Parts: sequence; structure tokens; C-alpha cells
Amino acid sequence: MYLYDEIDQRMVDERVRQFRGQTQRFLAGELSEDQFRPLRLQNGLYIQRYAPMLRVAIPYGLLSTRQLRKLAAIARKYDRGYGHFSTRQNIQFNWPKLEEVPDILAELAEVQMHAIQTSGNCIRNTTTDHFAGVARDEIVDSLVWCELIRQWSTFHPEFAFLPRKFKIAVNGAVADRAATYLHDIGLHALRDGDGNVGFRVIVGGGMGRTPVIGTVIREFLPWRHLLTYLDAILRVYNRYGRRDNKYKARIKILVKALGAEVFASKVEAEWSHLEDGPATLIEEEVARIESRFTRPDYAALPADDAWSRGKLVADKAFAAWARRNVHEHKVDGYAAVSVSLKKTGAAPGDASAEQMDAIADLADRYSFGELRVSHEQNLILADVRQSHLYELWQSLRALGLASPNIGLITNIIACPGGDFCSLANAKSLPVADAIQQKFDDLDFQHDIGELDLNISGCINSCGHHHVGHIGVLGVDKHGEEWYQVTIGGNQGLTRPGAPAALGRVIGPSFAREEVPAVVEKLIEVYLEHRDSEAERFVDTVWRIGIEPFKERVYGTHHQTAEDRRAA
Amino acid sequence: MALIIRQRKIVARPEDERLVPLAQWNGEPGVLLGTADDPAALKGRLDRLSVIAIEFPQFTDGRGYTIARLLRERYGYKGELRAVGEVLRDNLFYLSRCGFDSFLVSDQSRLDDALEGLGDFSDGYQASADRPQPLFRRRAA
Repeated sequence: MYLYDEIDQRMVDERVRQFRGQTQRFLAGELSEDQFRPLRLQNGLYIQRYAPMLRVAIPYGLLSTRQLRKLAAIARKYDRGYGHFSTRQNIQFNWPKLEEVPDILAELAEVQMHAIQTSGNCIRNTTTDHFAGVARDEIVDSLVWCELIRQWSTFHPEFAFLPRKFKIAVNGAVADRAATYLHDIGLHALRDGDGNVGFRVIVGGGMGRTPVIGTVIREFLPWRHLLTYLDAILRVYNRYGRRDNKYKARIKILVKALGAEVFASKVEAEWSHLEDGPATLIEEEVARIESRFTRPDYAALPADDAWSRGKLVADKAFAAWARRNVHEHKVDGYAAVSVSLKKTGAAPGDASAEQMDAIADLADRYSFGELRVSHEQNLILADVRQSHLYELWQSLRALGLASPNIGLITNIIACPGGDFCSLANAKSLPVADAIQQKFDDLDFQHDIGELDLNISGCINSCGHHHVGHIGVLGVDKHGEEWYQVTIGGNQGLTRPGAPAALGRVIGPSFAREEVPAVVEKLIEVYLEHRDSEAERFVDTVWRIGIEPFKERVYGTHHQTAEDRRAA
Repeated sequence: MALIIRQRKIVARPEDERLVPLAQWNGEPGVLLGTADDPAALKGRLDRLSVIAIEFPQFTDGRGYTIARLLRERYGYKGELRAVGEVLRDNLFYLSRCGFDSFLVSDQSRLDDALEGLGDFSDGYQASADRPQPLFRRRAA
């Protein structure tokens, strides 16, 4: 956990004071709705369908138990007793009162938290691999670099009013668990032949209305130049990004319009002026940031814990959980554990105040008082002794937090959708629930194997449907809610030979009640065609194409409820 | 008579001041840039200018922040740099960090309040026009 120094703390305190003043001026009629909107958005405050929504930043997904308990307390005191963990490693409260938001921000500041730049057309919360710092396949620990980017992006005076929002993701492992090819900027922390750290720089990826896989514009940027190079990219975007149409304002549209090579040459030209300037990073600063991170005090343990291994044989339910929810750790004798927030019947990513407190207790007992939020909307206890896994599992099971479904079909990513969000065309939560109900049988889920099923309630793609192996998108047709289905998407190089990919639409959209049966048909085709159990759903789609799936879903006549209705 | 904030003081805008749009500018002492203008056009001729104004058509159009930094940090402009157009109290801190030292604030009735906006924060992390050394270099010094 990065610990603020007095300057970091002062900036957050000053932000609370500033926003309190802005809110008072708005309530007093001194600021118009149009003037207040960008100010509140830069503090994560939306006006939603039924109430304001406050999005609190969890920088790169790292959270202390003290902070989680504070989030629980806020959920109780200012909200309806729960929070929603989002696909950008943040948490959202759906029912705060506008006039109380400054008080919430003040409480957050007490535990070194804030809602700075969690919305608005500015640089948003930087995200990373939820196993950063503990991953067995780690190349570089990305946490230090994420904090450097957090500080650089916080109140960046030049880039507070960009053409559109701007998202940066950093990955420092062999597997890309941060969807780096689907961000405005994706960074891969690497090492050169001499072990020096640098970054592969990817620009112009993104989801939304125009999904694009990003383009590499630098294969290896030495770490000293990280911030000046980011400045150069942002400056080119700020100057030349479109501002006339918000649907064409993201950096991906600029990169496409110019062509990646021309865009890259503009960045290089801009950077030539900034290179080696005062914003060039220095070793002292990297060391200072590193020294402000608390790191777990690991015990020297054998690589393999025989007692846990015995339990795996003796207890089938524990084995099923361990297989899906326990992950390899870079330190012998330890493991990372996913706490599933995807129990059937619960909204994906939601946690009650009681669950947050209970998870905080478990993190204190078993994982050095820290946890992570994953972009798949689960919580991670990153540093658990293998010999504690069994009792941790028992505790999680008692709390309803041990669904053994990480990577499986019921680990659904879903945005809050039309139940809460004023942008949504359709509800996403009832669809997620219906699919979870249909596939609730654990043996069947495990037989289907790894499958990312992602649901967005509108084209803004908060539910990452474009990169779901199966994606479901809520669309509006003549005022009614319909759902379009895509297959073959992939969030990133999570395993060799499977790069980031965008799903393809299988055909006309469906009524809500049809969606679970459609998913079932897609699964049937997969199970009939897979060449082995090692071939995942998405691998089969890539191998045989989408036609066999279309054929099964729509039949020879490709008729849907929509067609029938139109007929 | 319009009032401006200049060098952290509320003063009257000089009555004889003329700001010539860049397209018509021909070496006069005052020039007005739009957010789509390229400040490189003034390169090498900056010493003729006593005031450069940058127009913000909406306060959410952030191009003027980059133009200001380029004028200050790349082209070395030392004279008065004024934000005009939709200029709100809540933007003054960022504007000043990008090199603006003069503001024609939209709401002329609350200039004292606007002046306070310049002090919303006591520091910033980044390198900026008003403080070329980023916080991490000042910390390390």
C-alpha cells in the first residue's frame, strides 16, 4: 500500500475544501448546472436515474482494510448499505445525497482516498493487473509505476479539459490482465537485456461505440522518459482531438484519422522538445515512491504445502474452489485468492457493508491487511499462506463469497445498467441473473471451462461486452430493451496465442427472456465442436468461425423474436 | 469598464488596449488567439507583444492550456498572458499553472471570490509553466 506523505494528504484535503465550496455555490445558485457539471464529474459525482452516483477512486485497485472499512461505513451512513465495484477498479455508491458528498469526500480523505478524476474529460484512475507485485509471471512490479502515473495525472493543469475521458492501464507480467490494448494508453512494463525497466507504449485502444484494438507506437521507452512521453501523447491529443462530436472525440478516433504512424510521428516531434526536460524521472523519486509502499513481510515457507494438498483430495468442494479461485504467487508458500462477488442472485460486483467489513477482517487475518479490486469486479486477497487456504475458504463460504467461478461463465462482468444508470438503454442485472441461474450447476460450469461473459447496458461498454468471449449489449429499439450478442472477443493476451480481440455480432438482437437460451445454444455448439477440454469456448469460435453458432441460434431462417414481431 | 485580474490584483482593463485576432495581426502589441490557432505563428515575434489573450469559447475547451504552456515554456514569452472568453473561478488555478497571469473572468460581480480560486491548491505534482521543476525534483533537492 502506498502511504501518503504530508503533501499528498494536503492536496486531497484541499480538494475536499474546494469541492465543498463548489457544492455550496451550486446550491446557492451561484454556479449554473452547466458550470457545476464538469466540476462535480471531476469528483466522480453523476446525477443518475434515481439519485446521484458517487464513484470513488481505488488507485490501481489497491486497498487497505482500513480503507475498505471506511467504504463500508460510508455505505451504511450515506447510502443504502452496499457499494458496487466497477470494471475500472473503482467503487460506486448509488444513493448519496448531493449536499452530503463533501462530507463523504472528507471521510475518504481521512483514509487517504478520494474521488478525484473518476469521471469527466480528464485522465481517469490508472488501472493495472490485480496480481501486480505478487504474480508468478511478473516481469516488473507495476505498482510503483502506477503510483507515479497517479501523481502525474492528479490535477494535471494542462489536461483537465480534454476532448474526452482518458484511461491508462499498466501491465507488468507475461499475461496481460489489464486489457492494455483496450485503453487510450496501454503500457507494458518490460526489461531490456540488461534488466533495465522500460515500457511498450500502446495508444488508441478502446471500447464504446467504436471499439478499437490499440497500436504499439514505442516498443521500449526507457523508464526515465515515461512521464514526458505521456505528456507528449496527451498534448497531441489535447490539441488535435476532435471536440465537435463527443462520439468521435476519443484518442482512438484521432489515431485512426491520422494513421498510427503519423500520430506516432507527431508524438515523437512533441516529445523531442520535452525529452530530458525537468519532468524526466529520476532514480531518487522511483526509490522514494517504492519506499512509501508497505510490502508484506513474507515468511520463508516451502513451495508446496502438503497439508493443503491433502485437503484438496479430501474435500471436493474445496478443490473446486482452489482450482478456480486460488492463483499462483511469486513467493513460495503463498497464494492469491479471488473473493468472488459473482454469487448467483447477487448483482455482479456488489458488496454489502457487512461483507466489506467481513472481508476486511479476513484480509487482516490472512493477507497482511491489504486487498485488490479486479477489473472483473471481484476482490483479491493477494498474499495468503497456502496453509491458511482451507480455513479462509470455510470463512468465505459462510459469507457467501466462495463461489468457485473465477474465469467461468457465471463470473459475469456487468455494468449497473438500466436499474441505475441514466445512460443505459437496457437493464443488465436481470440478464446476468438469468444467465447465472441457467448455469448454476457447478459441474456443468466447470465442464464448459473458461468463458468470459460480459454484459453492458449500452454502447458505452462499461461491462466490456466487446471483449467478452460472449458479449451481451443492451440496445434500444423503438423504446424497448433488446440485446445484441457477440462472440469471439478477448480482453487481452491472457495466455499465449490469444491476443486481445473484439467480438463479432452474431445477428439480430433478442428479447431479454431469450438471452439465456441463446447463450445455452452457443455453449451447445462449443461442446459439440471443441477438439479437447483444453480448447476453450473462444478458441473454438476462432477456429471454426461464427457461422455454426449463428446457424444454431437463428436456425436456417435466422428468425428471431424481433423478426416475428416485425412480421 | 471591465475589470481583470492581473498579477493577482483586480485592475481595470486598459481602455486603449487593442487585441488583434491572429489572422489579422501585423505586429501590434496585443494579439488574440483562438483555441485552434497555432502559437508557433508568433515564434520569433514575441518581443513585440505586451499582451497575448487566449479565447476560451467554453471553459471545457482545454486547448488554451496547451497553447499557454507552449508560449511560456517553448517560445519563451514573458509578457502578459490573458485568459478571455468563458473564464471561471474554478479554472484559475490550472490556468495560472499553465502560464496565465491575467484573467478576464466571466462573472464580473464576484472578482474577490475568483481571486481566491487562484489559491485552491498550495502545490501541484507536475512540471508547469509557473514552476518548471516538478514536485519530485523539488522533493529530491
